[in-house]
Amino acid sequence: MSSILPLKHPPETLAATPAALRQGWSSAKLRRRLAEHAIETLLLLAAMVSVFTTAAIVAILVWESVVFFRSVPLLDFLTDTQWTPLFDDAHFGILALLSGTLTTTIVALMVAVPLGTILAIYLSEFAPFRVREVAKPFLELLGGIPTIVYGYFALLFVTPVLQRIHPELPGFNMLSAGLVMGIMIIPYVSSLSEDAMRAVPMHMREASYAMGATRLQTALFVVTPAALSGLASSYILGISRAVGETMVVAIAAGMQPNFSFDPSEPAATITAYIVQVALGDLPHGSIGYQTIFAAGLTLLLITLVFNIIGHFLRKRFREAY
Amino acid sequence: MNTQTPPTTKPGTELKAQAKALSFYYGSFQALKNIDFPVEKNQVTALIGPSGCGKSTFLRCFNRMHDLYPNMRYEGEILLYPDGVNIVDRHVDPIEVRMRISMVFQKPNPFPKSIYENVAYGLRVRGVRNRSLIDEKVEEALRAAALWGEVRDRLDDLAFNLSGGQQQRLCIARALATDPEILLFDEPTSALDPIATAKIEELVSELKEKVTILIVTHNMQQAARVSAYTAFMYIGELIEFDDTKRIFTNPSSKLTEEYITGRFG
Repeated sequence: MSSILPLKHPPETLAATPAALRQGWSSAKLRRRLAEHAIETLLLLAAMVSVFTTAAIVAILVWESVVFFRSVPLLDFLTDTQWTPLFDDAHFGILALLSGTLTTTIVALMVAVPLGTILAIYLSEFAPFRVREVAKPFLELLGGIPTIVYGYFALLFVTPVLQRIHPELPGFNMLSAGLVMGIMIIPYVSSLSEDAMRAVPMHMREASYAMGATRLQTALFVVTPAALSGLASSYILGISRAVGETMVVAIAAGMQPNFSFDPSEPAATITAYIVQVALGDLPHGSIGYQTIFAAGLTLLLITLVFNIIGHFLRKRFREAY
Repeated sequence: MNTQTPPTTKPGTELKAQAKALSFYYGSFQALKNIDFPVEKNQVTALIGPSGCGKSTFLRCFNRMHDLYPNMRYEGEILLYPDGVNIVDRHVDPIEVRMRISMVFQKPNPFPKSIYENVAYGLRVRGVRNRSLIDEKVEEALRAAALWGEVRDRLDDLAFNLSGGQQQRLCIARALATDPEILLFDEPTSALDPIATAKIEELVSELKEKVTILIVTHNMQQAARVSAYTAFMYIGELIEFDDTKRIFTNPSSKLTEEYITGRFG
């Protein structure tokens, strides 16, 4: 307290204030401090819930997968092209499921990325205010439809339509599942992309228009490159959604593991397999039961890889206007 | 002022553009009131006035920048010579206007592209594909903007890596690359330090040989240094237009005098 600076409220003035008043101050201060502390703890706990849940999921997946890999060599898991864990001649080649996941995801992205991007460009750069106000809620509704509805839409509407064009197409196929999944993730891609494009400051567009550019030129040559990191994250989110999607593929692409990258064939994805086994009555602890954890861990790793890619893309193309 | 005779430039000079009874509305708000205003060819004309007086709004009429936003309306005309086309006419395509009249903004706003591509942008949107022609134009524009020496070895660098003053000169080069007839400057030095500002001012004085210049500025010394004519605006009206020297030494309006002597604004 031996400050060389003069005190703003020297002790004399403090002593001069009535004792009761001073007491009132301190109790109010104490209450404030307690409340502050309580809120802080509460918020920390709330934040910890999500961290803890994630950690617990990863821990269980790893734990149970270790049990699985004790009886199945990792090399077999990664290189075998058959997935028949419930047969007498059991094979555990994740590739047979991974091919289904990748094929449906690629088909979905071929729908969602171009359409989602075009939609975002339209909504952000071209649509009059009123059109945007009407179109956006509809688009968000598209994201709110239960995935099971999409699944039946794929199986009972899209597949028959595709069969008219290509009569040999089987009733379960990855093409129809992928296409519908693509439509399903359009809102995710377009809404995030649109946000990224709208975040491009107006002075950037003005610079382009002032050079005599048209709207399309401005959208394609200035706004899109400036919003690239946002577009990349929207695609990554789309991939994560497609990889993790379960109902559409389980219903429309079939449940049969099939090592094939031909979209016109039926094939089970990782998620479809997990649903199938989790709903069945396999005894706990059996190797068949253990497989779903290994499959789940694979799924988690794929999404993790894409999230990391997304993170680096964001850093690489960070918006610096 | 509006009841008097419209302002004129010195006798015997050639006009590049002329606003006649120009009014501009944001919705129902009238931002510009019946402005008559001559722009002499190959000279610098400065627009001064307190914040919100409409000087930027007026400047942005010249390249139809307002057309990017809804609910606005022009009345009257801005004639662009020699052809005498009214550039604020509804039937005139704003893109055609912007092809002839370029603009440099308040904050340097280069595109997230290389230095080269920034300058080449105007040519690219005009559909120029000839590589050697673009090379030539880019160099010419960068030289005219006094930037060539500093960037010639790193044309492929991102424009954001340049300093603020360099970025603003890059924006000037970008605007010059397409050989505009008029160059609009909207407070081009308000975001720059004094040294960068001096460079831009020097550039503005040099560029008038090639292009007619209209400059909005908050800085009255700047107007006095670079311009031949100065217009003083106040609440959407053109209060006084005259030879820059006269405006700063012997203004005819009381309001102008109060503003330039720093009594308000």
